[in-house]
Amino acid sequence: MDLEICWHGRGGQGAVTANEILAETAIRGGKYVKAFPEFGPERMGAPIRAFTRISEKPIKVHSQVYEPDVVIVLDGTLVGKVNITGGLKKGGIILANYVGTPEELQKALGTKERCHTLDATKISIEEIGRPVANTAMLGALAKVTPAIPYDVLEDEITAKFTGRLPDKVIVKNLSALKRAYDEVV
Amino acid sequence: MADEIGINGDNAVALAWKQIDPDVCAAYPITPQTIIVETFSEYVANGDVGTEFVCVESEHSALTVCVAAASAGARTFTATASQGLAYMWEMLPIASAMRVPIVMAVANRTLSGPINIHNDHGDAMSARDCGWVMIFAENVQEAYDNAVMAPRIAEHPDVQLPVMANLDGFILTHAIERMRPLDTAVVRKFVGEHKPLHPLLDWKKPVSHGLMDGPEDYYRHKYQMVEAMEKAFGVCEKVFADFAKISGRKYSIVEEYMCDDADCVAVILGSSFGTMKATVDKLRAEGLKVGACMPRVFRPWPAKQLAKVLGGKKAVLVMDKHVGVGAYGPMYPEVVAALAGGKMPKMHNCIYGLGGQDATVAGFEKILKAVASGKAKELSFMGVDV
Repeated sequence: MDLEICWHGRGGQGAVTANEILAETAIRGGKYVKAFPEFGPERMGAPIRAFTRISEKPIKVHSQVYEPDVVIVLDGTLVGKVNITGGLKKGGIILANYVGTPEELQKALGTKERCHTLDATKISIEEIGRPVANTAMLGALAKVTPAIPYDVLEDEITAKFTGRLPDKVIVKNLSALKRAYDEVV
Repeated sequence: MADEIGINGDNAVALAWKQIDPDVCAAYPITPQTIIVETFSEYVANGDVGTEFVCVESEHSALTVCVAAASAGARTFTATASQGLAYMWEMLPIASAMRVPIVMAVANRTLSGPINIHNDHGDAMSARDCGWVMIFAENVQEAYDNAVMAPRIAEHPDVQLPVMANLDGFILTHAIERMRPLDTAVVRKFVGEHKPLHPLLDWKKPVSHGLMDGPEDYYRHKYQMVEAMEKAFGVCEKVFADFAKISGRKYSIVEEYMCDDADCVAVILGSSFGTMKATVDKLRAEGLKVGACMPRVFRPWPAKQLAKVLGGKKAVLVMDKHVGVGAYGPMYPEVVAALAGGKMPKMHNCIYGLGGQDATVAGFEKILKAVASGKAKELSFMGVDV
């Protein structure tokens, strides 16, 4: 199954890292990927986008994603500020770090498409000690998208951060991943 | 063979360099090439390679150091992009005329101005007549593979010319794709030991390099370069064939996609070849007989090979990611010249993707359909009049 994802976040929130982890998770699962940020001068706090293509077959298209299957919003303050629903495929999913119910998000975005929400900032503050919601959002993604296997994601996060972050911090990231998986609605 | 990995284009090139372990690397960072030399300098600092890394204050110096090191007999690599390549310009024809087999990765980025850091082919195209062998990559795997093959082409005694291995800035350099690297021992054996011709450091056989030529000798030396470029075709074919044996990946001087029975073929370079293939898939499903091809080897210009693919077609669309302001895209007149000996298809040129304009299936579909239906102008500008 082919999957196209569009990420919305702010510079410094780890969208690029999360996208890398997702790409490498998909490769571990035998898939082909193309994962990249929207290119431009990156500024801390400014809205940014990133894109992921996951496919069973080699990927030919190198353009940005215009009709995503999944839109991931890393920062709830972007709701109403940037175009989140644009191009979303019929039957697509919006997954947002958002304080509110899926119905409230649908209303805020003016869409009837399927929405999932969780307070990933709260989870990451409580579990990691920092408001960096990217790993939590990956956990939630695994819950709402069966194409992303949770256990492979866990392995990839462990592999990616081993040697780069203290083991304690990796464990905390995995806790955030797990809680987000459990708490997303 | 090693496992498949997720890696971006710049790191893939740096990985190839690490496996090759060149003698000298002199470079100056510039986006979107920076990751290559940043990662490679870590390999040097960690002792993963024995390379002498020369930090220079500019690209002009980078290439000058490379010319000197390669003349001395060192296997020498560098990388740049855009303004960096422009700043090297004075040294580009000097490197090729001195017949030093330098390998340079170019992370294609437009030339300012207006000031812009994004991808197009303005940098490489503006350097196309400087006597360098030029090869292009469609994806990250090919950027890695080209990096492994480049020294074999450059250092071949029949060629002895510097090689520019191009990869699209950001679109490939900063994108993670799935790639299968080769084992380091396999790469080392494939690239082989560097046997420099007439190195300066061979004190038993003293030579001088880079001397002045009068008009007669200048012309003769230039003509020798023309001959070397002609021979580079055969060398590329041999290197591609040898590479297929170790990798299972078979490359051609001109890559073809559904050209055999096509009425209309698009000629396109780099990552856009992939996007064009997807466009061809879409239009074929609608019953349109279209195809696409990419001159992987851009210098020497594969006129004969292209004529074989394109001769007899109803229409040819040349997609250029650079514009000769006041003329055409740089590739268009060369494709026209390649076909001049036979019955000329209806020829079209489309300028696209300048300064990072996203090259999309939707955009390609529009122009390819217009060409296939005979409605396209000779010269069109994507997003402006098509």
